[in-house]
This record gives sequence, C-alpha cells and structure tokens, in this order.
Amino acid sequence: MTSRAEYCVLACADTWRDNGEVLASPMGTVPAIGARLAKRTFSPDLLLTDGEALLVGLDGRAEGWLPYRQHLAMVTGGRRHVMMGASQLDRFGNQNISCIGDWERPSRQLLGVRGAPVNTLNNPTSYWVPKHSRRVFVEKVDMVCGVGYDSAAAAGPSATRYHRLPRVVSDLGVFDFATPDHTMRLVSLHPGVTAEEVQDATGFPLARADEVPYTREPTAEELRLIREVIDPQGLRDREVPA
Amino acid sequence: MTDKTMTPEDVVARLRSGMTLGIGGWGSRRKPMALVRALLRSDVTDLTVVSYGGPDVGLLAAAGKIRRLVTAFVTLDSIPLEPHFRAARQVGAFELSEVDEAMFMWGLRAAANRLPFLPVRAGLGSDVMRVNPELRTVTSPYEDGETFVAMPALRMDAALVHVNRADRLGNGQYLGPDPYFDDLFCEAADSAYVSCEELVADFGTAAPQSLLVKRHAVTGVVATPHGAHFTSCVPDYDRDEAFQKLYATTPWPEFAARFLHGDEKSYQSAVQTWHEENA
Repeated sequence: MTSRAEYCVLACADTWRDNGEVLASPMGTVPAIGARLAKRTFSPDLLLTDGEALLVGLDGRAEGWLPYRQHLAMVTGGRRHVMMGASQLDRFGNQNISCIGDWERPSRQLLGVRGAPVNTLNNPTSYWVPKHSRRVFVEKVDMVCGVGYDSAAAAGPSATRYHRLPRVVSDLGVFDFATPDHTMRLVSLHPGVTAEEVQDATGFPLARADEVPYTREPTAEELRLIREVIDPQGLRDREVPA
Repeated sequence: MTDKTMTPEDVVARLRSGMTLGIGGWGSRRKPMALVRALLRSDVTDLTVVSYGGPDVGLLAAAGKIRRLVTAFVTLDSIPLEPHFRAARQVGAFELSEVDEAMFMWGLRAAANRLPFLPVRAGLGSDVMRVNPELRTVTSPYEDGETFVAMPALRMDAALVHVNRADRLGNGQYLGPDPYFDDLFCEAADSAYVSCEELVADFGTAAPQSLLVKRHAVTGVVATPHGAHFTSCVPDYDRDEAFQKLYATTPWPEFAARFLHGDEKSYQSAVQTWHEENA
C-alpha cells in the first residue's frame, strides 16, 4: 500500500523530470526526498546540495562548491529549479512567507521575503504545501514574496521574461497554472482524495477538468528507493501523516 | 605595521548612537556575537542594523537598540522563526526595510564598489516594491531596454564580522565552507571590526582563498575565543543547539539577567555553568 507521503514524494520528484543539468533546490523533507528520487531514477543529471555550501552526489561526496553568493548567481543564471514552501498562496501563484496581517504591524511575523522575489523572476519556482487548507490557499496573500503570474504580468517584460511556476504539490494533489489566465488548476488527486475535498480546502475556485486523474503510482523500484535507500527512517511520514 | 588589536569594549567605544551598523554571518551562523554582546552592555542605541538576520538581530531588538532594520529574513536556522525579532515586529518596535536576499547582496556590492546602486532582476512584481516606496527602477541603456530594480548601495558606518583566524594587521581567514558576505560587509563600511577565534602571527601554509578579509578594509581586530557562541563557527564549533533553544524559549529579562549582566568572560562562564547543570 502506497502511503499519502509517498505519493507526495513522487509528485515532487516528477516536478524535476526532464529538467536536465540544473540545481534541484528542495525546501522541506518531502521535496528533499523527491529530488533525490528524481536523481536516482529519471533525472540523473540533476545537481544537489548538502543544504550548506557544497554540491554533492547521491553518496554525499562533494562535487562542487556553492556558497550563498554563488547560489544566488545560479538563481539569476536560471540553472536551478527551486521548490519553496508557502505560508499563503493565491490562485495566480503569489506566495507569502513574510508575515500575516498588515505588513506595517503584522499579527504574525514569519521569516521575511528571503529569496522568493529573486527566485520567481529568474528560475522555475514550484511550491510544496504539506497541509492543504484555506489558511494557506487564500484569495489574496498578505505580502507578495514569490511573484505570481498576474503580478509578473503587471510588472512588465523584465519580470515575465524568465518567470515560470511549474507546479504546486500539496498533501491532497498536484496543481499547475496552465490555464488561459494562469489561474491554479487541479492536475491530479492523490489516491483517496476527491476533487470536492480539495475545493473545500481551497479559498478560491480551482480550475479543473471534468475528470481529474489520480497522481501516478510508483514503480516497485521507486518504492524500494524511497523506503529502503532514501528515507529508511520514515521522515516523510512526519511531514505528511498517513 | 599597525597593530589593530583591541578589546570588544574598544570597538563599542568607537560606535555611536544613530549609526548604520552591518553585521556579518548568515542566520545563526558565524555571527560576531561577542561584539554584539559588548554592544548590548553599552548605551549605544538608535541603530540602523544591516544583516542577514539571526540572533544578532533578536538580541539587539529585544534590548531596544534598533531604530531600523535592513534585512531579507531573520532566522535561527534550526529554529525557523526568531522569537525576539517576531515579538518586536509585532509591536512595531522598529522600522523595517525588507528586501530580497539577492537585492541585499547587490546593495553590499554597490557599496563596496562605491556605486550608488546596482541593477537586479528581483523585487519587480513583489511587495518589496510596495513596502519600500523609495526603491527606484532603472532602464537598460542597451537594445534590450529592460527595466530592473536599482538596488541602492548599503553603505554602513561600521561593520562587525567574525572569522576563524586573524592576524594583528586585520587580515581574516575563514575555515568553514561558506564566506557568507563578510568581506563585502567590511568593504561596504567606513570602519570594520573583525573578531576571531584565534589571533595568529601568520597564516602558515593556508589555502590563499581562505584569506577572506583584507587588512585595508579593517579598523580593528578582536580575539574572542568562542565569540560566535551560540551560533556556529565551523570547523571550530557547531551551533550550541541546546543553548539556542534556551535563548528562544526563555523570557528576555530572565535570559538577560542570567547571561548578559557581565562581560564576555562572565557570559562564557555562565554558559558553561548552565551546561554543567543540564549535563
């Protein structure tokens, strides 16, 4: 029986499919397992970091040096696909990790914008949301950190030139923005989830086809890699409980 | 040759209320904490702090030393949200200039290169432009005609950084994996003060690329063994996670009373006592 966390790992891994020789920057446990699964299987050319200043192979051995200043150059050079978290995300893919409430005097101060503004204008940026709810998927984010499609379009050609938000993966399903007006669309449901459930947990109307497919099943080898090689301690289940 | 060694108190004696102060390191990593602690003991206040923020920001915010903060984030890394920074922000205790990580870096580079600004493809379309209404854009003078954010130079009155080794002349060496932006902080400031784990007579057979900070950009050198505590200063030591957790969960007056009442030596000894009690 494949667990919900394992479908999430697969969906995250598929985000880096056919990306070629770029840095996979996963933020969060499930995306980190997904990036390693992608590199072990269908995307062997991916670059990975140790989470600090090194580029590492699957065995953890260094193959390059990537301190923050060079990491930022990799962002602006575009040879990177990051999967960020989101405290809030709206239908056009605007993301907030800075604060909740009025910026002048927030009710909850969070991290700050971090690199979300530069990421979204320069390299493909996907999002991972471990707990899909109306608190996260909101009508309007309180602070635009990661730039969504409507905000990029309003800011002009320099903002849209390299702007791309390929995927959003949550514990309920997979989403993209491949609609005529770039609003979020339900691409697949993790098995056991209904489209109504997803819509109920989302604070704006989701685009979706009449028949939404399920997130793909893992191969036997993918399951073995997740369970025995990449995450034998089951850290994935802590981020997405069964 | 000029011997630039001084004490943390000497450094703080050269700082004034109202100054713009850059602090090196990143998050809860290689922060010049002994110098920050000396600053906490002084009456210097009303500071504009420029930092990739960690507990340096949390401590200064809790002590009411900050008038304005320039940052892209404040975090303790293993504890994602900095509690004292959050508390101060949520009561509107200081002004904030919130910019993106790359914008911040280009601001340092502009200052180090004596340029008024540098163009960056970041910030456009985000609320960084809304919350920093003074930010301007610049149009490429070439055929592309693209528009970028003109990130203003982050010029500072003084910078504080911490490295693994330094000599008396002000040359600083880092031995960890990441230089962060410490050399840029020094070059972007009118005065820079480098604290170090160990003062050395020379750097022996050191890999030359580890000699990060150059003496022409340094005003003072301070030997402060364990001076980055409780942030990490690898390979000399990792972050003191247990103590960081204590910092993040103890009410500020209680923490300050136990650990910050005396000088650096009494801080280090209070930390040691706390560890012995909790061993």
